[in-house]
Amino acid sequence: MKKWWWKILCIALLVYTILAGLLWNNVPRLPQLQETIRNLYFHVCMWFAMMVLFTCSVVHAVKYLRNNNLRSDILSRQYAVMGIVFGVLGYATGAIWATFTWADPNLPASESFSAIARDPKLIGAAIALLIYGAYLVLRDSIQDMDKKARIAAVYNVFAFAFLFPSIWIIPRLLPSLHPGAPDGEGGNPALNFKDLAPQMRFVFYPAIVGWSLLGVWIATLKVRMNFIKEKNLLHEA
Amino acid sequence: MKHKCYALLFAVFCMLQAIAQRPSATVEMADTLRSNGKIYVVVAVILTIFTGIILYLVRLDRKLSRIEKDSINP
Repeated sequence: MKKWWWKILCIALLVYTILAGLLWNNVPRLPQLQETIRNLYFHVCMWFAMMVLFTCSVVHAVKYLRNNNLRSDILSRQYAVMGIVFGVLGYATGAIWATFTWADPNLPASESFSAIARDPKLIGAAIALLIYGAYLVLRDSIQDMDKKARIAAVYNVFAFAFLFPSIWIIPRLLPSLHPGAPDGEGGNPALNFKDLAPQMRFVFYPAIVGWSLLGVWIATLKVRMNFIKEKNLLHEA
Repeated sequence: MKHKCYALLFAVFCMLQAIAQRPSATVEMADTLRSNGKIYVVVAVILTIFTGIILYLVRLDRKLSRIEKDSINP
């Protein structure tokens, strides 16, 4: 096993996240959110991990365009796939969380759903994930190795650029159920030090690092597997 | 004097009581789950699943390292 230390760090941080995240009685008592505020350590971290993985992916895509090394192409693709996995997990966890906090129990489920589904962050994240889904479709539909890698790398840069308006900018401009919208509390709960209960940061930041490292770990396993699989091709290059 | 002390003590006690009571009175949290220790059951289950996944990952990692070694010098 190459370079153990960050894998051990990842396990330690995630065990700490589960223990402190569920047991530490330090969360603010908020109406409606109640104990579900602990989902911050899990649901939100999925999106952070997705962002980290997509960033790794675009870095390797740009690297490929500079050096034409198929290794960078494999790295770029596997990081993008793991990013999509974490994005889907973020979506799924968000759906469960919303069912118990945003949905109005007095209304029929379809009406609650239509209110929640209008949330700009949901739509933005869906668009971003679909663009990355199209990345995989586009990439795997081209037969020629070099052409595939080049087109995929260019598309990857476009997809990454689109992440910013769709999940960072537009949801901050429109009224939203998510924190950070102009009509709600405002501000930036992820990075601004005043918008998150200070004691929650002792779990939240380690959780972000832990989940991101887990994503990177799984991605590197798949990368190494593909390096072995494409051994002959990579040696030729 | 003694009465005043008692009154003061009583007032402090009432205040402490109010502070202790206030949060749970306004927002319902899973205080019972915590106080009877059942939360540890949940945490134990999650940690077991997590350990299983991590063990699987570590095994996969080791296996890959072995294959990598074999593929470099067969």
